[in-house]
Amino acid sequence: MSDKVIYVMYDDDEALKDSAKKLVSKGVKISEVFSPFPIHGIDPIIGIKNTRLGIMAFLYGITGLTVATLGMRYFMVSDWPMNIGGKPNFTYLDNMLAFVPISFEFTVLCAAHGMAITYLLRNKTLPGMPAQNPDPRTTDDKFVMEIRLNENHGITEAELDEMLKETGFFELDKKEIN
Amino acid sequence: MEFQITKKAKNVTFGLMGVGLLLTIVGVLMNMNDHHFLTRFLGSGLISGFFFFALGLGALFFLSLQYATETGWYASVKRVIEGVAGFLPYGMGVLGLVLLVITLNDGAHIYIWMDAKVLEHDEIIANKSAYLNPVFFWIRTLVYFATYMIFLRGFQKRSAEEDRIGGTDLHFQNYKKGAMFLVFFAVFSSTSSWDWLMSIDVHWFSTLYGWYTFAGMWCSTMVVLVLTTLYLKKLGYLQKVNDSHIHDLGKWTFATSFLWSYLWFSQFMLIWYANIGEEVAYYMTRIANFKVLYFSMFIINFAFPMLILMSRDAKRNAGILTFVGMVILTGHWLDVYIMVSAGTLGANASIGALEIGMALLMLGFFAFTVLKNLTKSPLTPINHPFLDESIHHEI
Repeated sequence: MSDKVIYVMYDDDEALKDSAKKLVSKGVKISEVFSPFPIHGIDPIIGIKNTRLGIMAFLYGITGLTVATLGMRYFMVSDWPMNIGGKPNFTYLDNMLAFVPISFEFTVLCAAHGMAITYLLRNKTLPGMPAQNPDPRTTDDKFVMEIRLNENHGITEAELDEMLKETGFFELDKKEIN
Repeated sequence: MEFQITKKAKNVTFGLMGVGLLLTIVGVLMNMNDHHFLTRFLGSGLISGFFFFALGLGALFFLSLQYATETGWYASVKRVIEGVAGFLPYGMGVLGLVLLVITLNDGAHIYIWMDAKVLEHDEIIANKSAYLNPVFFWIRTLVYFATYMIFLRGFQKRSAEEDRIGGTDLHFQNYKKGAMFLVFFAVFSSTSSWDWLMSIDVHWFSTLYGWYTFAGMWCSTMVVLVLTTLYLKKLGYLQKVNDSHIHDLGKWTFATSFLWSYLWFSQFMLIWYANIGEEVAYYMTRIANFKVLYFSMFIINFAFPMLILMSRDAKRNAGILTFVGMVILTGHWLDVYIMVSAGTLGANASIGALEIGMALLMLGFFAFTVLKNLTKSPLTPINHPFLDESIHHEI
């Protein structure tokens, strides 16, 4: 299925935000924005849903807590009961307090690493992955908005060009995708 | 000026004070012939006196923290913080009165180190008397009170002045004074909790105690700030406070709950692990006499905010915040109750008409004073340099 992608470049984040507001109010769907830094308040304008990373962090944390508890119960109680400082480990519960710091640390470790890896995977930005941005200048001082014609059925390309011209962009680039 | 105390609020606060006074009188009549009566009566005064004093002090601390860090978002809830901090002089009055009566009764079995007869045959206490003696105790108490008062009056004066003339001179002055207050507070929050609370269990000491008391106080203050803000918003005031401000206050409640739980656990675990007789004694009395209350208090103050306030939506929901806030506020009052009662009455302690009555009396007095303070100035600061940033606060 062929598609045409329009990359509209701006040299200021506020300019991009203003034009995104105007375009969205005219019914244009903006599929993506590339920017060297997070643009405050762009998410609701172009209709990006709230991140679900927090839910994943919670699940990773629960996983870490479970693994730590099961692990310590096996290492310190079942497999070889340890006697540390006169506190023998015959049951897990009696020595719960000693296991709390490790449970906490492992929960944090799993939540933090899980979150970071999920984030990189989801954004396709793991080290060594090919860059997703259309123009290397979006990592420096330019801001690019991506509009796909397939996502804007009601609007012809000519109409879109007219709308874009009014927003005062810095550069415009079009690309055919097959 | 724009805010008026509603008839309902007046009725409720005076109702609380009335019911509290009635219960207190019932409690006094019920326990008058008990030979622990004086200890229980003054101890109960110390619990509620300190708890509500700490709410005002926590607000003063939080205000100077915002000044010292030049925070922007808080500008539209600044008057709420100032309103709660404005209770401080009244809180000092009540706490000071309770401490004075205790001192006049030779410690009333609350501060046994004030009793000369105890000193004669207790070497441990006698060795501490260079620091723990009534004269030095009162010098310290008055220094704390005076310092807090000077800073509070200064902040109040500059806040009113800022409404009139504005400008950044006052802002930088607040910045300096805020930072200076934090220096004093860092020392005084620890030493005052040793003096007023830790010296009840005079044979025992913990270097984490000051932090622990401070964390409980901070958490309770954040709950009060959230509840007051939500109340004012419900009445239609504070239009400039949006969901993000509520979210931020909710985050503070969540975070300070964790700070408190962290310190509770750190103190408990270190003492449990080391297992040294004179340290463990502190927890022995708590486990022997307050087992259910002590551990359920910890669970309430820790698990409750953790599980319920974890999600973003919960911290933006007025109903959930109010519910959790009220529960953990009660939880922190219980914390102070055990801090005082375990060392004074021990096995004879119980929560009866006297304790609940004094708590309600103080609650009514506190709520009325805070609302009264809020009527004195516009609810949104007029010339705060960060007001614009605060109005556009969005997270």
